[in-house]
Amino acid sequence: MEQYQVLPGPEAFLPPSAASMGITLPDPGEAHIEGRIVDEEEAYEYAARKLLGAKVPTIFPGPLVLWKWNEKAAKKAKAIRELAEAMPARLIPMADYRPKYPKIIAELEINPNHPNLTIWHNKIDVCIFIGVHCHQANLALKIIRGGTDCYTIAMCAQAGHEDACMSFRDISLEKIHKLTATVNKLKKEGVKSQAEPFTQFKMSRQGRIEG
Amino acid sequence: MNKKVEAQDRRILLSETVELGEKTNKGQTVTDPNVLFNEMEREASFLTGSEVIRAAIKRANLDVSVAYPITPQSEAAALIGELYAEGYVREYFRGESEFAVMGQCAGASFGGARVFTTTAGPGTLRAMENFPMWAGSRLPIQVCVTCRGINSPLSIQPDTLEMYYLLETGMLVWHAETAQDLYDWILGGFMVSEQPDVHLPLALCCDGFFVTHTKDTVMLQSDEYCIPAYDPYRSPVPCMDMECPPIRMMRDPFIMKSNYISYMTHASWQQEIHAAVERSRKHTLPIMNGSLIETENLDREILIVASGTAVSQGREAIRLLEEEEGIKVGLVKIKSIRPFPTEEIREATANAKTIFIPEFNIKGWLAREVKSILSNNERVIAGPHVAGGMTMPSEVIVDEIKKSLGVAGPRLESRG
Repeated sequence: MEQYQVLPGPEAFLPPSAASMGITLPDPGEAHIEGRIVDEEEAYEYAARKLLGAKVPTIFPGPLVLWKWNEKAAKKAKAIRELAEAMPARLIPMADYRPKYPKIIAELEINPNHPNLTIWHNKIDVCIFIGVHCHQANLALKIIRGGTDCYTIAMCAQAGHEDACMSFRDISLEKIHKLTATVNKLKKEGVKSQAEPFTQFKMSRQGRIEG
Repeated sequence: MNKKVEAQDRRILLSETVELGEKTNKGQTVTDPNVLFNEMEREASFLTGSEVIRAAIKRANLDVSVAYPITPQSEAAALIGELYAEGYVREYFRGESEFAVMGQCAGASFGGARVFTTTAGPGTLRAMENFPMWAGSRLPIQVCVTCRGINSPLSIQPDTLEMYYLLETGMLVWHAETAQDLYDWILGGFMVSEQPDVHLPLALCCDGFFVTHTKDTVMLQSDEYCIPAYDPYRSPVPCMDMECPPIRMMRDPFIMKSNYISYMTHASWQQEIHAAVERSRKHTLPIMNGSLIETENLDREILIVASGTAVSQGREAIRLLEEEEGIKVGLVKIKSIRPFPTEEIREATANAKTIFIPEFNIKGWLAREVKSILSNNERVIAGPHVAGGMTMPSEVIVDEIKKSLGVAGPRLESRG
């Protein structure tokens, strides 16, 4: 049997979890690209090229970086914004994990229970998950792989995600800065962002801030 | 597909917030489990399995234990009560029933505590609804299952049928052969099940009476040391929040919403639980000496594949067969049932012509598991079996193997 690869979908009505197909998570100092374990250094440039080559690159910051639980979270949030501006990429928050009924506002939010709606609505082709609790991230990543053609990148503060097309682990402030620096380096070398023009929306606790 | 994970030089990964060397309120030194398990000097003690559970919990930096010591029970829960009285366990109380105990354990674990309890036989089945709830909620609770009979007429004697019911709950399921396994795996079990990519409950099973009530020599580290505390901030789900899954789902379940997305989310949730079981493999290797199985003499054409105390009986049967009949037999000891060591067993049995699977239950669930992963599985002989608390003399295994080989001789049952 051939080694399973974690590739963008749409894969199946109910795709298998990558772990059940024999994909293992990277150890410290490593990352995975489509299920292949690589040195973490290799993954920075691979991720940066994927992001710069996307038409609608998008970062989904989760509650662990959206809310100021501590100073570290605040610093990470700032670094993520710098990363988004460097590409440039949209920021669409995953503020919490509640199922949204009757429906989500797909241009403003993503929810782990039906993340495909946000991907489809915004035509997102490459995305980053960061600051999302691992269980919820895996849930969303698998549903995205099942029903969309989006390339998923996980920047996980814990052990990483084999259900993402590529994943870093033990993500720290320094590692976010390093990905930003890699994006900037590639741009200086002549790699152009393929992102379609957009205006980043802003939100308060009450919802979208117009204007 | 269950993929084999290579042992390499795997170590137990710790939370970055762990402060090694700090003292607990009882003056124990918080110690790197890699050092505690593998490098620290040990001394021999002669203990019952229940006393071994107490010895492990004393070094486990435990927050909460809940007990329902139905009579007759092993002493384990009562001995943990002694540890509470001495200050080694931070909270301890008696539940109203096995079902209540497991719910109370869930409450403590949702709140961020390291939790341990024990159960057996009918108690396991009465508590059963809670086990997939624990797994679905990603609660790394450890329950020691001291297996005994489950059916009427009731038996207090060992029988491993209850393990069959646990296999697809989403829990990790390990099967200890000896008191030493039990001791090492209680401590190591917390380290595996609390990893953020695993974060699942562990059913640490042993054969009741044979392990819990009999004495054995066990090598223990000094009780001046303990493992690091649980770090709930590494949990893959938020701490208890009434608005977030899984709590939100318990009062407003996905399945109440009849649409594809609701079903898909629930299915993905289930897949994630079983994915986490798979992820536990590499974390388990440092706890189980580098493999989920242990093997002896795999070059032999006949193998005994077993778990729990059936392994011990198998070892003695192998000695008898070689000394008395000149028949050479190899051994595979299965330590982890979930995750199941599929690739390891395939490799270990690759050259075997006949595989015997002795079990302490009437249905032979381990034989079914092994048959399901092997090609040419007509090689597998599901037996011998005993049940309901019967012992399994090594001679019964010897007889089964001789019968299969067509070796004539007086058989055990003829002794009356």
